[in-house]
Amino acid sequence: MSSIKIELRQEDINKIKEICTSFGNDPRELINVLHKCQEHFGYLPAEVQEVISDELEVPVAKIYGVVTFYSFFTMTPRGKHPISICMGTACYVRGAETVLEEFRKELGLQVGQTTEDGKFSLSSLRCVGACGLAPVVMIGDKTYGRVAPDDVRNILKEYE
Amino acid sequence: METVKLTIDNKTIEVPKGTTIHKAARELGIEIPVLCYMRLDDLNIENKPAGCRICVVEVEGRRNLAPSCATSCEEGMVVRTHTTRVLNARRTVMEFILSDHPKDCLVCAKSGNCDLQSLAQYLGIREIPGEEIAEMSTYRKDTSPSIIRDLDKCILCRRCEMMCNTVQTVGALSAVNRGFMATVAPAFEQNLEHSTCTYCGQCVAVCPTGALTEVDHTAEVLRALADPAKTVIVQTAPAVRAALGELFGMKPGTLVTGKMVTALRALGFDYVFDTDFAADLTIMEEGTELLDRLQRHLSGDKSARLPIMTSCCPGWVNFFEEYFPDLNDIPSTAKSPAQMFGSIAKTYFADKIKVDRKDLVVVSIMPCLAKKYECQREEFSVNGNRDVDFSISTRELAAFIKQANIDLNNLEDGEFDAPLGESTGAGVIFGATGGVIEAACRTAYELHTGKKLERIDFTELRGLQGVRSATIDFDGLPLKIGIAHGLGNARKLLDEIKSGKSQYHAIEVMACPGGCIGGGGQPPHHGNSEIIKARAAAIYEEDRNKPLRKSHENPFIIKLYDEFLGKPNSEKAHHLLHTRYFDKKKKIVVKH
Repeated sequence: MSSIKIELRQEDINKIKEICTSFGNDPRELINVLHKCQEHFGYLPAEVQEVISDELEVPVAKIYGVVTFYSFFTMTPRGKHPISICMGTACYVRGAETVLEEFRKELGLQVGQTTEDGKFSLSSLRCVGACGLAPVVMIGDKTYGRVAPDDVRNILKEYE
Repeated sequence: METVKLTIDNKTIEVPKGTTIHKAARELGIEIPVLCYMRLDDLNIENKPAGCRICVVEVEGRRNLAPSCATSCEEGMVVRTHTTRVLNARRTVMEFILSDHPKDCLVCAKSGNCDLQSLAQYLGIREIPGEEIAEMSTYRKDTSPSIIRDLDKCILCRRCEMMCNTVQTVGALSAVNRGFMATVAPAFEQNLEHSTCTYCGQCVAVCPTGALTEVDHTAEVLRALADPAKTVIVQTAPAVRAALGELFGMKPGTLVTGKMVTALRALGFDYVFDTDFAADLTIMEEGTELLDRLQRHLSGDKSARLPIMTSCCPGWVNFFEEYFPDLNDIPSTAKSPAQMFGSIAKTYFADKIKVDRKDLVVVSIMPCLAKKYECQREEFSVNGNRDVDFSISTRELAAFIKQANIDLNNLEDGEFDAPLGESTGAGVIFGATGGVIEAACRTAYELHTGKKLERIDFTELRGLQGVRSATIDFDGLPLKIGIAHGLGNARKLLDEIKSGKSQYHAIEVMACPGGCIGGGGQPPHHGNSEIIKARAAAIYEEDRNKPLRKSHENPFIIKLYDEFLGKPNSEKAHHLLHTRYFDKKKKIVVKH
């Protein structure tokens, strides 16, 4: 009854299998496997979850349940420069929401979306452990502290 | 065994360590209301997410109220189950649940049989605070050939998820998303039809609300009955007669065979026949196939693979086609009794009454939801005309009878019509786990040995244990029989076969716990396994009271072979009564 057609390249399948094998194909390692796969592919498309399901013998519905539960996991490709806005308590009270709103306006994106050219994606997260710099924005590995809505345009310019 | 002593509502009780407060209270006769919690004793089925918080109680010394379904009794514990604090909490919890639940009870399929509705009444909820401002989580409705998912009505009790994963090991449903978006859905929130769902209907059987219901075909049946150009035939599965009465206030286990026949006739069916007849026919075909495969196997023919597995259950067929397609040559090729019936009705019987199959409508009354999908399978129709046109569940039949103002309780007993209404006791036990293989043994023994069976009741094949095995002495040939009910148990036997460790000659599988009597189309058991046991007892009672109890003794079956089919497994029988299986497992398509 399943009608999902999987179209992955053989090397992608081999990579997923390799990751699963490195965790002993243990279903209890599902989250670790998902982390590694997302690290490799940048996101977790349905096709990747299907292969993991076969390898770990975990129903794909369960895997999808885990992927949709944790906000870290994503099923849409992230942009070349993933933007994360911290919405943890400290950042939130110091105006993170207005910063997020400014990014949304500038990029025309909702949280969880990626620009059509694949350059930027927008996400929010909870606390990066730099509360002293609140509100905090991360783009890729780079951290920006004490960000005000007015800074947003200049920050984005760095990536043009 | 270590025990603990505690008091609940000032009554002292000693229970084994690990017993929950809920269970201990029940032993004292104190009923604590539950919603998400469900337990089927003897079937090893329990749902205990402690998610709804309806069953909270006060435990002395604890700050917070404790969910009694998931809190173990401890030595010296003092529990109060119905204090004002508890009652207030339950009411608030219920108000929260109802604030995100549609109020369309008037047209809800579950109305009158809904655990949420009963509980709202029990807790005296008359209005929902904040109703006008509360936001509702909405979800698209998903209709498959058998099951409708209307997740607006889901309260996230996760009983369906437990049945689908833990009991059936189908894994079609899982809790997905979080917060307000949380729901129970197939992978990638695709429609059920595109998931690994087998349509066993156990999710529907345990759903406390109208979130999961069957696709109702009563309207189509009503249209056919009203059409003077159509001759409408009905067949009733064995398990229906043992449960239908429950929906008319009768005690579980009340047999209503005769009243059901009278009701069906009053509804306007032209012929009231019995799937039990086709069950006898199935035994002739499947039993012959078993003996043939067995003899070929024992004489060294490697193409004759054992064990042979039964193929009556459409949920089970869907299961192995999805998960074990490489074992597709293991199950018997015999169609299910319901489909055999359709096939014979639209050939042999249509000829007899000189009605074209296009003007003949065959309706099946089934305890099952997978039957709705089964009768829609392409291979079960001729030039687009189905062998079985519509399959309706026990629940749909009950609603239909009530609509027609027929008072089932006070009906005279009627008799099935001849010839497709005549059956033996072997046909009726198809409704309970172990019944199909017992019926097969009764016939196969006599056909194989040429001797008369001294003991008709193979009680060693009965019971509720998930996986059972027995060895039946076929006059010197020890026939090893395996039985599984519930797809998770069936999976164990399939894994054994796959790894070459299976010792069995023949295996019976029924997808639903308890067999068809516990089917997804039966009246709700509300988590009470005593109801399933009472239905099984009724099935065996009907068998005991039948003058004939072996399929090959059914005079109408003998006549059918004489007049029409030739002999069991003949070419004609193969054409009409056997099927083939398909590989439905998803394939990984590699892109180069």
